Amino acid sequence: MKTYLPPRFVVERDPDRCITCKGCVAQCSFGVHSYDREEDAIRSQDELCVGCHRCAIFCPTGAIRIKRAPQDYRPNANWTPEAIEDIIKQAETGGILLTGMGNDKPYRIYWDHLVLNASQVTNPSIDPLREPMELRTYLGRKPDRVELETGTLKLKTRLAPQVAIETPILFSALSYGAVSLNVHESLARAATELGTLFNTGEGGLHSKLYKYGPNTIAQVASGRFGVHPAYLQMARVLEIKIGQGAKPGIGGHLPGEKVSEDVAATRMIPRGTDALSPAPQHDIYSIEDLAQLVHALKEATNYTKPVSVKIAAVHNSAAIASGMVRAGADIIALDGLRGATGAAPKVIRDNVGIPIEMALAAVDTRLRQEGIRQQASIIVAGGIRSSADVVKAIALGADAVYIATAALIALGCTVCQQCHTGKCAWGICTTDPILSKRVNPEIGARRLANLLRAWSLEIKEMLGGMGVNAIESLRGNRLHLRAVGLTTEEMEVLGVRPAGS
Amino acid sequence: MKGMSYNNPYGDDKVISACSLFGMMDTSGRRFSSGDVVAAISSMHDRSNGLGGGFAVYGLYPEYAQCYALHIMFLSREARGEVEALLRANFRIVFDEEVPTRETPGIVDPPILWRYFVEVNGCSLGTPGDDDYVLEKVMKINTGCEDAFVFSSGKNMGVFKGAGYPEQIANYFRLEEYQGYLWTAHGRFPTNSPGWWGGAHPFNILDWTVVHNGEISSYGTNRRYLEMFGYHCTMQTDTEVVAYAVDLLRRRHGLPMEVVTRVLAPPLWEHIPLLPPEEQALDTALRQVYSSLLLNGPFTVIIAHQGEMIGLTDRIRLRPLTVGEKGDRLYLSSEESAIRLVCPDLDRTYIPRGGEPIIGRLAVQAGVR
Repeated sequence: MKTYLPPRFVVERDPDRCITCKGCVAQCSFGVHSYDREEDAIRSQDELCVGCHRCAIFCPTGAIRIKRAPQDYRPNANWTPEAIEDIIKQAETGGILLTGMGNDKPYRIYWDHLVLNASQVTNPSIDPLREPMELRTYLGRKPDRVELETGTLKLKTRLAPQVAIETPILFSALSYGAVSLNVHESLARAATELGTLFNTGEGGLHSKLYKYGPNTIAQVASGRFGVHPAYLQMARVLEIKIGQGAKPGIGGHLPGEKVSEDVAATRMIPRGTDALSPAPQHDIYSIEDLAQLVHALKEATNYTKPVSVKIAAVHNSAAIASGMVRAGADIIALDGLRGATGAAPKVIRDNVGIPIEMALAAVDTRLRQEGIRQQASIIVAGGIRSSADVVKAIALGADAVYIATAALIALGCTVCQQCHTGKCAWGICTTDPILSKRVNPEIGARRLANLLRAWSLEIKEMLGGMGVNAIESLRGNRLHLRAVGLTTEEMEVLGVRPAGS
Repeated sequence: MKGMSYNNPYGDDKVISACSLFGMMDTSGRRFSSGDVVAAISSMHDRSNGLGGGFAVYGLYPEYAQCYALHIMFLSREARGEVEALLRANFRIVFDEEVPTRETPGIVDPPILWRYFVEVNGCSLGTPGDDDYVLEKVMKINTGCEDAFVFSSGKNMGVFKGAGYPEQIANYFRLEEYQGYLWTAHGRFPTNSPGWWGGAHPFNILDWTVVHNGEISSYGTNRRYLEMFGYHCTMQTDTEVVAYAVDLLRRRHGLPMEVVTRVLAPPLWEHIPLLPPEEQALDTALRQVYSSLLLNGPFTVIIAHQGEMIGLTDRIRLRPLTVGEKGDRLYLSSEESAIRLVCPDLDRTYIPRGGEPIIGRLAVQAGVR
């Protein structure tokens, strides 16, 4: 069927610079560039370009520019180009529109409407270059109180398992199969170097990476892919995935084309079969059921690991979170509207869920009202873009944040939203063996570690500016936030006061 | 947020101060009058600005030692009627009177000040439940009654405070007529909020009092944590959280004061591995469990309760504290000069390290005399 879709990008090639090295042909996994042997020239098919910039970055002479192709539809505020083109696509395919890498709609980003406090004279700011500045955070269930042996300073209380992270940033769930093994290894190595954790996602963990277990969160999703005793024993933290922000109420789907030999072995499924993890875990239809799985995982690992439960941010997250804590969850992972994924139905991604800022504020407040906030750590995910977002999240009530999109960007991702095609030109969201080699685990780990180190330094600067030298003194400290340009109702949910007050 | 304006006419979330502190204790339990204390705090006149002064005295009411002594400020006559009805319904009032005062230049527009000596349920059994009962009623008055708040609620102790310089407050309350074995004093320098009578130090809950110099930048975290345990920060100042934190940790959780101070000003993570194994385990657990009670920002506090006076600064010592010792007398002060003024021949004087608690205790056999 002839497509009615116009190209989204225009590939401009400077003929004076192009040396016909064919590098762009090799780099583009979407087949945009081709070599015309007769003419000894490179041709480009604009309509295939996804705007990933791989060819432009790797062109040795800088001959390529990727520009947006202007859409000259008659201006119409209702029938936007996106609305028109989505209909065209569905008319041509008859299917659900899939997309990757998160919600790109202009919903309000609350982080950008919150500003931080700074110390001046009476409360001096602290210079982290000269003074100690502590970012260590312990994830896990805390008791209400500490007890000592009678008449001594010896600890009587036995705490539930605690996991130290040296910076309040963890790598969020990215499953092997959705991303390449080299990406997994990059994440594992960076997490180990920086003293934090990476998350396997729902696809198990390749046996080669079990050595990174002390820095691994092993996810258990409805498909139970790759879940076996050694997998559970290997990890430092276990996470039950109930939902994710990119597609609340929707399960996971790894197309068979991405299920290579290694992915199949890791997931414990036949090669080339679709890996479907349904939205419901079919043994969990209530909080009581959730409690059973939480405790089954604890039992299986001899109560040595905290168990996290991850949900998507939705209207009733706060009540659900309360139930999760009472079901024994040691960590609550909240994933917001801007969470990303390899493949999500576009209509779900763009219309389901709530911003993580609102969900976080509501959950933190609810758990405090019930007096159980200290019984679980809160990790938030879904659109954390900078160290400032991290600091604001902690001030709103989080213990730590997950990053995934930001981590992938550090590895080269340009958010071209084509993960679901499996053709990622940057070798990130693919299992193609040739493309996967584009991420070198050593270099990838260096880029990721640099990102976390840079953000950690910035967090220390912001803490010092607020006159705080331990990050726990920022947790839930909403007095260090002020709102700019928010409604009264929004400020009420966030629990922050307007700037100037 | 809920409760943001409880009884604080200025509606601010906290009051930032840079102040003068003085504490004086006779560890043998001998009671003494206010003279030296007032002289010492007055010598640091320039550290306050006339917007708040106050004193806490322990061993104050031996004749009513078993009663909770409630010092209450009323901003209106109606408030007094409302609160007295509440007191009569919940306590047996053994004795009450207006707090004696004298007209003092510089003290303007004072509230009605009354003190009530009350027993719980008609008898003072001294059970731990009594403290919680009183705590709850104090919270109820402070959050529920317009124009009234309890600013002192312990046994055999009392707080005297208001808007003015400390020496004016001392004169106003006729402090020379009182005796105690432990006195703390405060001169206040609020820099971003008008002084008001309730905002003056010491802050009190039950028999805990706190005087504070500095600003607690962890206030928001501390306050929201304490709210989970039923403490409502009605005065909306950062000092208040210290009193509640100590009450929670010391009285309700039963931790020794040495451990309480390790929660409020804990060792740095990098120092914990240098400690003996048992202390490592304890300090690690304390930081894990009570991380929200770590006090951050610049502060010096003198915390007092029956039989103990504790001086503590923040971990990196951004506010001053000097210790003086002479025989049975322990002095804590913002400035050494204030101690030297009243005790020139000290046995020992020193400046503690950041986060190092100075704890003065009544000698074991010593009663209050």
